[in-house]
Amino acid sequence: MDNANTAGRQETAAPAIELRGISKAFGPVQANKDISIRVMPGTIHGIIGENGAGKSTLMSILFGYYKADAGEIFISGQKTQIPDSQAAIAAGIGMVFQHFKLVQNFTVLENVILGAEDGALLNTSLRNARATLRQLAQEYELEVDPDAVIEDLSVGHQQRVEILKALYRQAEILILDEPTGVLTPSEADQLFRILRRLREEGKTIILITHKLREIMDITDTVSVMRRGEMTATVKTSETNPQELAELMVGRKVLLRIEKAPAQPKDVVLEIENLRVIDDAGVERIKGINLNLRAGEVLGIAGVAGNGQSELLEVLGGYQPASGKITMNGQEIDLTGKKSDGQSRRARGIAHVPEDRQSEGLIMDYTAWENVVFGYHGDPRFQSGLFMNNAAIKEDATGKMERFDVRPPNPRLMAKNFSGGNQQKIVVAREIERDPDILLVGQPTRGVDIGAIEFIHKQIIALRDRGKAILLVSVELDEVLSLSDRIAVMFDGQIMGERLPQNTDEREVGLLMAGVTEEAS
Amino acid sequence: MQKMPVWADVILIPLVSLLLAALLSAAVIVGIGEDPQAALKLMISGALGSTYGWGYTLYYATNFIFTGLAVSVAFHAKLFNIGGEGQAMLGGLGVALVALYIPWPHWSFALIGCTIGAALLGAAWAYIPAILQAKRGSHIVITTIMFNFIAFALLNYLLVNVMRPAGSMDPATASFPEATHLPTLHMLLEPLGIKFSKAAPANVSLVFALLAAVFVWLLIWRTRLGYEIRAFGHSESAARYAGINPVRITVIAMMVSGALAGMMSLNTTMGEGERLILNSTEGAGFIGIAVALMGRSHPVGVVVASILFGFLYQGGAELALWTSIPRDLIVVIQALVILFTGALDNMVRMPLERLFLMFGRKEG
Amino acid sequence: MSMMSKILGATAAFALSAGAALAEPALIFDLGGKFDKSFNEAAFNGATRWAEETGGSFREIELQSEAQREQALRRFAEAGANPIVMAGFAFATALDSVAADYPDTKFAIIDMVVDKPNVRSVVFNEHEGSYLVGMMAAQASKSGTVGFIGGMDIPLIRKFACGYVQGVKAVNPSATVIQNMTGTTPAAWNDPLKGSELTKAQIAQGADVVYAAAGGTGVGVLQTAADEGILSIGVDSNQNYMHPGKVLTSMLKRVDNAVYDAFTQGANLETGFNVMGLANGGVGYALDEHNASLVSADMQASVDAAAGQIASGALSVHDYMSDNACPVE
Repeated sequence: MDNANTAGRQETAAPAIELRGISKAFGPVQANKDISIRVMPGTIHGIIGENGAGKSTLMSILFGYYKADAGEIFISGQKTQIPDSQAAIAAGIGMVFQHFKLVQNFTVLENVILGAEDGALLNTSLRNARATLRQLAQEYELEVDPDAVIEDLSVGHQQRVEILKALYRQAEILILDEPTGVLTPSEADQLFRILRRLREEGKTIILITHKLREIMDITDTVSVMRRGEMTATVKTSETNPQELAELMVGRKVLLRIEKAPAQPKDVVLEIENLRVIDDAGVERIKGINLNLRAGEVLGIAGVAGNGQSELLEVLGGYQPASGKITMNGQEIDLTGKKSDGQSRRARGIAHVPEDRQSEGLIMDYTAWENVVFGYHGDPRFQSGLFMNNAAIKEDATGKMERFDVRPPNPRLMAKNFSGGNQQKIVVAREIERDPDILLVGQPTRGVDIGAIEFIHKQIIALRDRGKAILLVSVELDEVLSLSDRIAVMFDGQIMGERLPQNTDEREVGLLMAGVTEEAS
Repeated sequence: MQKMPVWADVILIPLVSLLLAALLSAAVIVGIGEDPQAALKLMISGALGSTYGWGYTLYYATNFIFTGLAVSVAFHAKLFNIGGEGQAMLGGLGVALVALYIPWPHWSFALIGCTIGAALLGAAWAYIPAILQAKRGSHIVITTIMFNFIAFALLNYLLVNVMRPAGSMDPATASFPEATHLPTLHMLLEPLGIKFSKAAPANVSLVFALLAAVFVWLLIWRTRLGYEIRAFGHSESAARYAGINPVRITVIAMMVSGALAGMMSLNTTMGEGERLILNSTEGAGFIGIAVALMGRSHPVGVVVASILFGFLYQGGAELALWTSIPRDLIVVIQALVILFTGALDNMVRMPLERLFLMFGRKEG
Repeated sequence: MSMMSKILGATAAFALSAGAALAEPALIFDLGGKFDKSFNEAAFNGATRWAEETGGSFREIELQSEAQREQALRRFAEAGANPIVMAGFAFATALDSVAADYPDTKFAIIDMVVDKPNVRSVVFNEHEGSYLVGMMAAQASKSGTVGFIGGMDIPLIRKFACGYVQGVKAVNPSATVIQNMTGTTPAAWNDPLKGSELTKAQIAQGADVVYAAAGGTGVGVLQTAADEGILSIGVDSNQNYMHPGKVLTSMLKRVDNAVYDAFTQGANLETGFNVMGLANGGVGYALDEHNASLVSADMQASVDAAAGQIASGALSVHDYMSDNACPVE
């Protein structure tokens, strides 16, 4: 299918959605500034921008969550008021959120009709819905077992249920917010197949993402947002990733990290037959062996939920495990008293956790309180019975300055920083301690391109100082570009190790899906 | 999202809440055919118009400072300690044991001894729910509530069967020896040339309550333990990541909380009653929850809120004395204030926040 | 404008009434509240009777907290109320410290002894009244088993029980008396449900007359006894009317008389120890149209004879509280 043609053919019809001069402010913060956009029916329109650029606000206005301060919304040429989500649904808009809004212990069918039951008797609703669902599934290749319980479904299938929910409510316009964030590469491919199919059937799709590759792959047109403004709207076929990235950030950016070849030295960390059984009795890590050398970045690739998180937690000291881990020849406690974050830090293991909001930072603490978090027991920061807050603030100010945290105000609450700056606070805290081993989980999740670049540089700089880095990321691009060696985890096991120069996305992607060379 | 300025958060919202509660109370008073303005005047003059009134207001406030601080400390660790009542009862037991069975030469020694006794027993009573929460995941709200009942039953048993003097009908201990009687504000202020009502029960434990407020402030905002308590309260997962032991924090925070609640008995049992009675706590452990909510779990806020509730109690007593407003309606009025300042906080907060957003934008 | 002046006027009047010296008597109720259908209410009735007969008025307060005991005493004393009557033994400690500060004010405390020159201590010989109703219970019982249901387990209630048992045994030495206390907390004064359960349990054990000395809990006892077709005995006030023909009698404790007397004597209240027994009409048993059919002439004669003997001192009923023991079970 020729994207440009599809878009061109529809040019004469009224746009499926047209926004004119939308503005929205939260107090002094202008989240959306005079935004106008036209999305033609039967096209896929991408909206790209850094975190906090105003994409979500714009979509929330479209879906009736916020009321715009100024501006108009036209649906298929008709001026439309959208005071709430019911009105949005009535206007034919469907939304698939990043975090699914499904009832975990309901079946697919029950979830689909939830809130759209026709009449008080559930049986009739369910019977009608089953028929509709079957029809939709055939039409759009959206096969899901209607009687499966949501919690038993894979993330990709749950997302399909969200799409089905929207279609069941007769959505003509589908908005997807960062839909591939939780998917494996192959699941993402399937999603894109579905989206193309929906486009063929005449649906209009708005895709919000920060992944340039996806924009290039699937969209017909793309709008770039920066600081609440729409900086450009272009035909996808007439642009390239480099240009989009620059439009997003407002300056030239490096998309690939530049680094010298690694010079690995001695093994500093040796993991032997590591096993983790979680509280529910499920074996999360099934006897893995790994070595980590000084002066290298070991990347762990894998789809979320295959044991990488547990591996980081074990090394970080807050997940009991069995097996043996030695650091510089000395065994590390895996259970018991010495197995906690403070003991690990004392041994020179620093940890940038996967989830900065729930682990790496206390969102309601100020920046300076966060910069000492985990190291607050350090005698440097104590004076007698009390904490030496002056010393902590001074230390924090220096670290924030060196890591270019903006705004450079240590008195601000962590929650008031953007995602990228939050992550910089965490990375500054961990790297500035000059640890022997740095554990890094998802260093750039939800981080804008500018900050990604900076954080990657800092990680490589630490490597070049002869330190060992264990990187866990679900972004395959990131693992491939940052690592000196790659191990792929699937179902609690290491599927294999590869050198980045000798492998490619396809091979690692297969390993991530649990398919080994021999089998395929 | 832009939030309201701090002054609006800590002053305006409680003020508006109070105003709403006052309006509803006025409606109640009008409803039974009394004059709300006169009632308010009577409450103010009765509670704040004389050193006598202040003496009672501060007496009640002392209780609430202790229990409010207790709830606050636990709340900083996101532990909802509903058991202040039971911990205070046990604290009273501690006071009684120390005061009755140890011969004290002077009240100052006795006060220190009783403080230790009250704090220890209060902390011990909080320890059990804490350890159940930390190790077994039994919800602390449920266990602390149940422990209130157990404390009451235990105290009842001891007072009826063990500690009651022979022939006495009251489930209460004998009066404490003279040497343990605490000086009232009257005695404390006399050397300074300040005349304070002799009859009012406010006593030296008010000073202890204020010291406790300073202690809590230092503990929570200036020590490593406080840092860890707050971190644990804000995000348990982050605390785990940072190597903060959840069991340790839960137990310590609850024990500090229990000790503070227990120390309330210094005021009621040692200061006022000079003997342990069955119902010496009189719900102050629960009022502490409202006080902590209204005071935003900050010692300064807790002290201010405690004085307000002290005023309500003393003012309510004056209403009962001089008007025909029935006791139950006075309780209704007090409950309205608690409801508005504590539970319905968001009812006032949300519209005010919206108002501020509107003005903020107009200026911008 | 007129509204405003009205409010101002009311305020002024209010302030006056609050500050002016009161020559009127005052009554302080215990924490239970004045409408408890029993002790506090009896005190309130006495005060009301005085007010109706003399046209006078009196101050009253229901307490909310322990600290208010002393507060209420002082405030009324300072305002000039005289005498100040308090219903309940729990005031003893507070009164002990307050009485000396107001030597010109007269106080009366019911159910407790406070040894101060300006205090009248009113105590009742509940064991004597209980003895009489015990005799009646034994005579009315066909099964030879009677019951006693107390409120909170305190010496005062054991005093009731002990007198009752003595009366029962005086008539029928082989009779069985089943004794139950509702509880050990003040909640036991107001738990009619538990009272009902205990009554059923005693009926199951063969009791056909039950005596309730349990405040508000007794309402449940009387109700259940009436429902199950056995006889009951009320307490404090005359409760015969509650279930006519089903309540054998009521042990009267004339708290109302005590309050009425104190109010009548006014500022010249006679202080000291005031025992209200059979001899001076402080206790007794109730006989009215509601139980006339239940009390035979024989029964009445024997009880009245015993009452006379007790009043004259010829018959002595053991007082549990004199040595915390009861000679009979």
